[in-house]
Amino acid sequence: MKIAVLSGKGGTGKTLVSVNLACISNDSCYIDCDVEEPNGHLFFKPEIENREKVTVKIPTVDFNLCNGCRKCVDFCKFNALAYINNKLFIFEKICHSCGGCLIVCPQKALTEKNKEIGEIQEGFSENVKVITGIMNIGEETGVSIIKNLLSKNIDKKHHVFIDCPPGSGCSVMESVKDADYCLLVAEPTIFGVHNFNMIYNLVKILNKPYGAVLNKCFNDRENPAEEFCLNNNIKILQKIPYDNELAKINSNGKIAVRENENYNKMFEQLLGKVKEEVRHETTVNY
Amino acid sequence: MKIMIPVDENSSQSKICVSFGRAPYFLIYDTDSDESKYIENTAAESQGGAGIKAAQIIVDNKADVLITPRCGENAAEVLNAANIKIYKSMNDSIQENLNAIKSGELSILNEIHEGFHGHHGGRR
Repeated sequence: MKIAVLSGKGGTGKTLVSVNLACISNDSCYIDCDVEEPNGHLFFKPEIENREKVTVKIPTVDFNLCNGCRKCVDFCKFNALAYINNKLFIFEKICHSCGGCLIVCPQKALTEKNKEIGEIQEGFSENVKVITGIMNIGEETGVSIIKNLLSKNIDKKHHVFIDCPPGSGCSVMESVKDADYCLLVAEPTIFGVHNFNMIYNLVKILNKPYGAVLNKCFNDRENPAEEFCLNNNIKILQKIPYDNELAKINSNGKIAVRENENYNKMFEQLLGKVKEEVRHETTVNY
Repeated sequence: MKIMIPVDENSSQSKICVSFGRAPYFLIYDTDSDESKYIENTAAESQGGAGIKAAQIIVDNKADVLITPRCGENAAEVLNAANIKIYKSMNDSIQENLNAIKSGELSILNEIHEGFHGHHGGRR
């Protein structure tokens, strides 16, 4: 079972939820797809057993072969190529590594070279396998790192928890692509609800089963996120309180289920509900 | 001298467009013949890299000068490689800017922004 945890707005509690779920689950795998600023490893502090570089293919031109026909310039939908003063310019950061320019070049003047854009680290924290994607500073997109992360060979019996990037763009879509279930984490702010609405629409378009976790809940205050869920018939699987104790555990880089009995029970409960939902989806849809 | 300016409409009534890469039209003004021509900016609808493609259009039209309120780093790289001078527009009036450049009152655009690419979807 693969569970993607996403939120739209950052700082809502994706890492809190995915780290604790992975921790409470036996033989689990936690994958940090927030490659711009991965932070799950700060809690797990895994012993790194394997590091590998992630590269993408970037075109490079042989000026002796290029005859300036500009077919590559016209072809590129991302405008990563320009032809100025009889010379081809390649904008590496704009390039999406589709390889199309190589195909359309009649002179075979273009070839591909590898460009390093980040790293993947694999390790263990007690019973949890921790896989982290790290994008190099200055890179434009981490999509190919996420692709690599999710193509890792993971034992089928492992429960996989995918900590998604914030937002609802390409990198989030890539992160949830193969997920069996999406956990949407919400916080009780207007801004949070706005971005929650965006990922809610995203998982609907992608036809993914989903449920909500409401974080930072007060008992005695209005909760616009809860209201949104009720209005849209989104199943609320868990409400996590706005709690000093939890904040303290978190800010010390500790994992709540390993420190606190109550939170251990709460996430055990949430995991049970998630499993139930996934089982339900499997019987309904297949 | 050929001057190009990103504009909102294809008429002399138009104002200068706030964006370079995604401006709907470009004005091409020839100081020798005092003639104005408007061309469509085919880069405006690009998924990405609009600045690069727009700059390519400026280069292909053999402009000597671009007057624009702003310009991204990739577009600037293309324009610099083609030795096209980038001047900063003083306001949104085409005529006032053309007058100003003729009398040497416009200054070179110094702030080149990093572009807005890679921000689709938003973060935080």
